[in-house]
Amino acid sequence: MKELVGLAAAPILAIAVFCTSAVADPIKDRQALMKDQGKTVGSITPIIKGEKPFDAALVISALKHLNEDAQKIDLVTLFPAGTDQGGETTASPKIWEDSAGFEAALTKYKADAAKAAAAEPKDIESFKVVFNQVTENCGACHKAFRIKKD
Amino acid sequence: MIRRAVLLIVLLAAIAGTGFWFATAPVRIDPALLAAVVPGDVQRGMKVFWQGGCASCHAAPGSKGDARLVLAGGVNLATPFGTFVTPNISPSKQGIGDWSLEDLANAMMAGVAPDGRHFYPAFPYTSYARMQTQDIADLYAYLKTLPPTDNVAGPHKLGFPFNIRRGLGLWKRLYLSPGPVLAIADATDAVKRGQYLVEGPGHCGECHTPRNAIGGLDKGMWLAGAKAAEGKGVVPNITDGEGGIGDWSEKDLAYALESGFTPDFDSLGGSMTDVVQNMAHIEASDREAIAAYLKAVPPHPNGYPTTPK
Repeated sequence: MKELVGLAAAPILAIAVFCTSAVADPIKDRQALMKDQGKTVGSITPIIKGEKPFDAALVISALKHLNEDAQKIDLVTLFPAGTDQGGETTASPKIWEDSAGFEAALTKYKADAAKAAAAEPKDIESFKVVFNQVTENCGACHKAFRIKKD
Repeated sequence: MIRRAVLLIVLLAAIAGTGFWFATAPVRIDPALLAAVVPGDVQRGMKVFWQGGCASCHAAPGSKGDARLVLAGGVNLATPFGTFVTPNISPSKQGIGDWSLEDLANAMMAGVAPDGRHFYPAFPYTSYARMQTQDIADLYAYLKTLPPTDNVAGPHKLGFPFNIRRGLGLWKRLYLSPGPVLAIADATDAVKRGQYLVEGPGHCGECHTPRNAIGGLDKGMWLAGAKAAEGKGVVPNITDGEGGIGDWSEKDLAYALESGFTPDFDSLGGSMTDVVQNMAHIEASDREAIAAYLKAVPPHPNGYPTTPK
């Protein structure tokens, strides 16, 4: 019986350990968040490329999820000072040298993501407009605030 | 005896000086290259403009949209050799308004200014030297249609010995050649077109290939990635070697150039974001050709040292 409990507890324990480590590690945390946004964008890009037919339900839920992720990006909790080092991060020191500029870029992204989520595009043309507006933020921010280190 | 020694030294110095003078003389392109050129086509020239990425360095810093067509210069390129300041190349007195087609061809293909001075190779004439003269003529026609600006960009800020322009004559003897970088057997038309775009106007190798101590490209590590020549960090390996783009398909590459998205929907960053803005303007078939060529390039491991984690 005891063993059975232990067996059942193991995965729960593993999840608990995983969660705490995620909370304590802003680098991993923000990377997971970035990856999730990439996945979301990836799920709707085939429609933009014309490889898959327009699917309003899929598009709208993806844009809403992207917005949820976008609103979670926060300079204080996810980019605390000093986390340009210690771990495999590609965050540029510019995030802290020009934190006002970084905050401004975040604010713009969040506003565009919120707009995209509220737009609920019903056809491919309006989706393209929304998609381009929100995804131009990816490159803009990665140009200024990310650096490939090695 | 002493007089003789002094005479000898003076003589040797004179010979060395004369030698330096001749060895470093700017060499212009053969005018015959321009003989077959027909008057430039503005529409084609616009494509060449985006292939060449002129706006990346010559639009005023931070320009977006149509402002990228105002080629005021003034972008600072901070390199290990010093800071290069890009010039105004708009069609004005302060820019290249008075230049002839021959002047532009000599600047782009030989790195020689209309007044006969060498240009520094921060201006990638080492790649543009491989361009077809008709493309230069088309570009010339297009540049003439862009808005003029009177901006005067500042001088370069370089230390000794790099501030001696004349010395570039020697550097060019080592590193300036119009020949192709790679010899690719059985290249398809797409690969050939991609080779022209990448090695010529696209000047991809200028950032993606490692350089030696005096700034010459290590062509044995062609496109293997490099320590960033400008700013911090590294420029990625774009060969199929370890650390490179082996798991990218040609479609992935073409789409990344068009949209800035990598296969796992990360977005390209750094100065590549400007390049993507340029590449979005070129023909889709040209982006596919670049992808086809990159897949035909010999694989290399990363061309930059890995720092211990």
